[in-house]
Amino acid sequence: MTIYDFMFYLFAAVTLLSGFFVVSTKNIIYSAFSLLFTFMGVAGLYVLLGADFIAIVQVMVYVGGILILMLFGVMLTNKITNVQIRTGTLQIIPAIIGVGLFAGILTNILLNTEWKASNIEIPLKTTIFDLGRYLITDYVLIFEVLGILLLVALIGAATIARKDSY
Amino acid sequence: MLQVGLNHYLFVSAILFSLGIFGIVTRRNAVMVLMGLELVLNSANINFVAFAKFGNFGMSGQIIALFVIILAAAEAAIALAIVLNIYKTFSTVNVDEIDKLKE
Repeated sequence: MTIYDFMFYLFAAVTLLSGFFVVSTKNIIYSAFSLLFTFMGVAGLYVLLGADFIAIVQVMVYVGGILILMLFGVMLTNKITNVQIRTGTLQIIPAIIGVGLFAGILTNILLNTEWKASNIEIPLKTTIFDLGRYLITDYVLIFEVLGILLLVALIGAATIARKDSY
Repeated sequence: MLQVGLNHYLFVSAILFSLGIFGIVTRRNAVMVLMGLELVLNSANINFVAFAKFGNFGMSGQIIALFVIILAAAEAAIALAIVLNIYKTFSTVNVDEIDKLKE
């Protein structure tokens, strides 16, 4: 077992255990910080797949942006009169049965399909240059549309969450 | 253990997807439903990047993964703005208590 396999199992274990902890704990703050570990595990998996720029973007955007946003959301939507913020769950047993069945079927399908996959060696260079070139030449329309979409999302979110001042 | 191949990454992605769906279905707080949704998006992203390495698609999988991250950020911002508005109207964010269409 090479070091690559060992690192993959380590990151996969971190990701799946934190993911399980996200959806099964009653404390919202524990759930948010387990989500942080899940994002870090996924970033590690991206590095093992040779996508170094995507891993850095994942850490910056997800951990530094979305997680902080969710912590703000938790803090602003709970009456913090007592110290512990607990939450309830709905219908655990049917959900476990349903999701377990779904996971079993999905895993069965993906393990029995003959993917036309070849193991490409990861070249020892960064992917930034290729990604940047593709964004400007082949995917420039999507790039510009996403810029407009981010502007619309920014204006929309600020307008929705504004205090009514009239 | 076996040599790590495409199936290992797909298995991780499938289990993360199922955990995300479990989080969306079971959780009562609206922000925790959004956390489950982020797990689902991350699992799809792992699939894209895994096929970008193991298939013959070049860099397309990584570019799509970049776009998914961007869209997830925009969607999380708008969803949390809506959750804040719901909290202002109903003074709760439990998804089973928000059942009136007009306040």
